[in-house]
Amino acid sequence: MNTNDALYTYCVRLADTAVILSQRFCEWCGHGPILEEDIAMSNMGLDLIGQARGFYAYAAALENKGRSEDDIAFHRNEREFTNRCMVEQPNYDFAYTMVRSFLHGAAAYLQYRELTKSGDETVSGLAAKSLKEMTYHVRHSSEWLIRLGDGTDESKVRVQNAVDDLWQFTDELFEMDEVDQMLIRNGIACDLTQLRQEWDQMVDEVFSKAGITKPAPGGFQSKGGMKGMHSEHLGHLLSEMQFLQRAYPDAKW
Amino acid sequence: MNQQIIQEDDIRREEEFNARIAAGKTIEPKDWMPERYRRQLLRMMSQHAHSEVVGMLPEGNWLTRAPSLMRKAVLLAKIQDEAGHGLYIYSGAETLGTDRSEMIDQLLSGKAKYSSIFNYPTLNWADMGAIGWLVDGAAIVNQTVLAKCSYGPYARAMVRICKEENFHNKQGYQIMAVLMRGTKAQQEMAQDAMNRWWWPSLMMFGPPDKDSPNSGDLMRWKVKLQSNDDLRQRFIDRTVPQAEAIGLRIPDDKLKWNPQTRHYEFGEINWEEFNNVIRGNGPCNKLRLKQRRDAHAEGNWVREAAAAYAAKHARA
Amino acid sequence: MSNQHQWPAWEVFTQKTDGEAHEHAGNVHAPDAEMALLNARDVYGRRQEAVNIWVVPSSAITASTPDDVGPFFDPANDKMYRWPNYFKTPDGIKQI
Ligand SMILES: [Fe+2]
Ligand SMILES: [Fe+2]
Repeated sequence: MNTNDALYTYCVRLADTAVILSQRFCEWCGHGPILEEDIAMSNMGLDLIGQARGFYAYAAALENKGRSEDDIAFHRNEREFTNRCMVEQPNYDFAYTMVRSFLHGAAAYLQYRELTKSGDETVSGLAAKSLKEMTYHVRHSSEWLIRLGDGTDESKVRVQNAVDDLWQFTDELFEMDEVDQMLIRNGIACDLTQLRQEWDQMVDEVFSKAGITKPAPGGFQSKGGMKGMHSEHLGHLLSEMQFLQRAYPDAKW
Repeated sequence: MNQQIIQEDDIRREEEFNARIAAGKTIEPKDWMPERYRRQLLRMMSQHAHSEVVGMLPEGNWLTRAPSLMRKAVLLAKIQDEAGHGLYIYSGAETLGTDRSEMIDQLLSGKAKYSSIFNYPTLNWADMGAIGWLVDGAAIVNQTVLAKCSYGPYARAMVRICKEENFHNKQGYQIMAVLMRGTKAQQEMAQDAMNRWWWPSLMMFGPPDKDSPNSGDLMRWKVKLQSNDDLRQRFIDRTVPQAEAIGLRIPDDKLKWNPQTRHYEFGEINWEEFNNVIRGNGPCNKLRLKQRRDAHAEGNWVREAAAAYAAKHARA
Repeated sequence: MSNQHQWPAWEVFTQKTDGEAHEHAGNVHAPDAEMALLNARDVYGRRQEAVNIWVVPSSAITASTPDDVGPFFDPANDKMYRWPNYFKTPDGIKQI
């Protein structure tokens, strides 16, 4: 593995996570709890599609085999997808969607903030744009966590359930491997383990305002999205997302 | 009290109102207006707003299957605009004294109508092209005229909306154009969508003028500025050449250009189908209402929670 | 039923570019001020229409009524001297 290969993999991972989460936001479109929130979730979906396109396009350029962003997004199977498993979890309800948006968003925010200092200009440029977007996603989802946690009895139960269920995917948000290590050495990527503490502070602050109990450490933690180990949900999501490209492989859209 | 004086007063006010309309003045929410004007406008505006919101569903059906990331982004932005349109028109309609939640209750109970075009299913990707191009195209023809209507909040909502609609129309046409340049399967997909959406699009302008019950009043009040048939003709005249340019066939054997009138002549519209769909017997009437009801019911706890939080934290 | 959870309306004012006055854009429904601000951003800032946003509870706005038109605004119409072009500048003076 050389730096180029590592950076390709790194970009595809970021793009995979963004595209899968955008797909989950797309599912809300037309079904949100109120028009204003429908519009807000579409905005976040659009931000994430934009992030995915940016990183896929860069990955395609690094790979230099004439593939496009769509070739990478639509022509890999679930074992080849490298997104964080949290984002492929179904929406279940609005609380799940907001809790996921917050937990993932806070980690993405920190990662992009560090990547703005990347030695690779394209990465730092994409990170700067993504950072602004994630700043807003975190603000939006924190406000919702606080309202749901301190709203009605029902919303309190729902938001706590979502936190309890999604917590098993939080360690993975900071998982790294040899790809990260190589790029850290080259000043391109950032060390996620160093961001964990700050992430915990962000979570603690919002949870305490919301009256949400942070799950005790030691529970099961899912791992391995970056190596293509996923939950059962991803395959279904992809079969829907990739349907047209797979059914008409010779078509342009 | 004195019934006669009140009546005379109303007659005088109505004459003043009619004179203002005739002079091309805009009516604003706090102006006096005849009760029938208020009712008709509320009916029209709430129907229009419902149509924007229900209209998100057929396109939403393909959002998660969009064939490229660019198409997905464009479609999501487009459907999101429709949510915005619903929002602008609801807020315009609220100035007539009815809350958005009340209007939504009327939609969900089946009392209020929405455009029957959205009771047709989206069965292939080309339907996204057909909707943007034909359905939004028809909406643009309608809305451009409505932007000059006599009720200020409605007209202003239309101005804002018209600015966004051209993007909808263009992205739809581009989807069709790309498909027509594509493989045989893609061309068939596009033609299939054309065949299914053409006639319902023509129905969007409403029944022929001779059978349009509310048109008289609405035209006099300048809520409606052109008749259903005129608008339909304008839509056909501008759309047929667009279809021809990309090689799509219009599914109408009687369609032909009349060089004398400088308009296209077209075949008989199936008004029985139109009336059936309006009465609730279209392919997707039940589904669309169910989808809206489910979203509303599932969102209730969310709206309730935020309201409860706000009440707890309101500054005394 | 749903009426009791109808969120109140907020009027939205957007500033298009730095230094310009805020203009009325429309309204949104929101449970409180912070959410109103976020909703306004999402609804009225989709096409980069704003660099700054105000939200005001719709109920806080007091408006003049159509009956006020005469007494409120007509008295200004005989005071043309408030407009600079009311005053003739002597010939030969380019700028004042
Ligand atoms: Fe629209
Ligand atoms: Fe539209």
